[in-house]
Amino acid sequence: MSKQRKAVALISGGLDSLLAVRVMQEQGIYVEGINFFTGFCVEGHTHAIRKKDRKKPKRNNALWCAEQLGIKLHILDIIEEYKEVLFNPKYGYGANLNPCLDCKIFMVKKAKEWMEAHDFDFIITGEVIGQRPMSQRKDTMPVVQRDSGVTDRLLRPLCAKNLPQTLPEREGWVKRDELYDFSGRTRKPQMALAKKFGFEDYAQPAGGCCFLTDKQYAVKLTDLWQSRGAREYELDDIMLLKVGRHIRPAPNYKLIVAREEGEGNFLQGYKRQYSQLRVTSHGGPLTLIDGELSSEDLQLAARIVARYSQGRMEPEVEMEFIDTSGHVQPMKVVPLGPMDVKSEWML
Amino acid sequence: MSRVTLDCQRLLCPMPVIRVQDKALQMHPGEEIEAICTDPGALNDIPAWSRINGHEVLETRAENDLYYVVVRIGEG
Repeated sequence: MSKQRKAVALISGGLDSLLAVRVMQEQGIYVEGINFFTGFCVEGHTHAIRKKDRKKPKRNNALWCAEQLGIKLHILDIIEEYKEVLFNPKYGYGANLNPCLDCKIFMVKKAKEWMEAHDFDFIITGEVIGQRPMSQRKDTMPVVQRDSGVTDRLLRPLCAKNLPQTLPEREGWVKRDELYDFSGRTRKPQMALAKKFGFEDYAQPAGGCCFLTDKQYAVKLTDLWQSRGAREYELDDIMLLKVGRHIRPAPNYKLIVAREEGEGNFLQGYKRQYSQLRVTSHGGPLTLIDGELSSEDLQLAARIVARYSQGRMEPEVEMEFIDTSGHVQPMKVVPLGPMDVKSEWML
Repeated sequence: MSRVTLDCQRLLCPMPVIRVQDKALQMHPGEEIEAICTDPGALNDIPAWSRINGHEVLETRAENDLYYVVVRIGEG
C-alpha cells in the first residue's frame, strides 16, 4: 500500500485556496491548512470595530474554508517576523506599501519550515499565473520557489499545467492531467470549478486581503514612521491605523477621531496609552491624542474635535481633556469653522 | 478538571483564536480553556477553530460587552 501523501496549503480564505485544496483532496492527498496573521490582514477587523457593520455575519474566511473542506487549520502569528519583510523588501513595493513578492516568499518559506517540522510532503497554494501583478506572474513564480528554498515541492494546482512539473507530479503522488491551466485575471474558470465542486458560498475577491495595498492606509503608516523618526510599529499602532479619522494639525501630534460609536468603544480601550478629548456638552466623538501638546496645540485640537461634535454650530462646546493617568481638565472652546479644518491635516 | 482563563480583551480576531490555539498546544485532552474576549467575532471564530481541530466548545456567552468561550481540549 502506498504511503498517504500530505500537503500543507496556504489558506487565505478566498476562493482560489479553497479550490486548490479540493483539487488535491480529489486526488486523495491529505491536506492541512496554514493561515498567516501579519497584523495587516483586512479579515474581520473593521467588522469587529464598527458598530454599523455588526449586523453583518462575522466569520473568519480562512476558518470557514477549512470547515467547508474538512481540514485542520493552523493560524500562525508572524507579526514580529513580518516587520523585516515590510521594512526591507528585496523586490520592492507594489503600488503602495505592499511587498507582495517578498511576502509570498516569506510565507512559503514559513510553510516549508512547518512542512518539515510536521513531516508533510509538499506545499500547495491557490496561485494563478497572471492574477496578481507582483507575486503571481510567470517570471516571479519561480522566484518564490527559489528564494523560499522550497524548489519543486511547491505545487499550484490551479495553474500547474502552465508550469514545469513539480516533485509531487514526477513522483506520481498527484496526476498532472487532473490539475488545471488557469491564467489571467478572469475569475470565470474558478467560478465554474467552484460550481462543479458544489461551493456556492465563498468569499468574494474585493481588492486583496491586506491593508498594505490600500493607498490611504499606506499614507497613514508612512505618517506614523515620519512622526516617530523611524520605521517601526507595534500591533496596537497598526490596528489604530484602521480606525477613525486621522488628523495631524502639527508634526508633534495626531488626533484619532472616532467616526461612530463602535469605533469610540474600541478607542476607549487605549485610555491608558493615549490622552483623550471627550465632548461633554453635546454628542461627539471620542478622540485619542498621539503625541505631546502645548497649551496652544490643545486648544486647536479641542476646537477640531468640537467641529466633529453635534455642537459644531454652537458658539461654545464643553469638553474634557483626560490624560493617561486619568486626570481630567475641563475645557470650553469655539468649534472650528468648516473651512478652518485644513485638508492637509487629514491623513 | 483543570481550566485556564485566557484574557483576550482588546484583541481583534484572529488574535483570540491564536491565543487559544497556542495555549491548547501546551494542554492535555480533557483540560479546558476559557477565553474572555471583547471582539464579538470570537464567538464564531473560536468555535469554528475548535470544530475543525477536534476540540469541544462547552459554552459561549455574552455579558456586559464581554464574550466568553469555553473549549475542552480534544484528543487530536
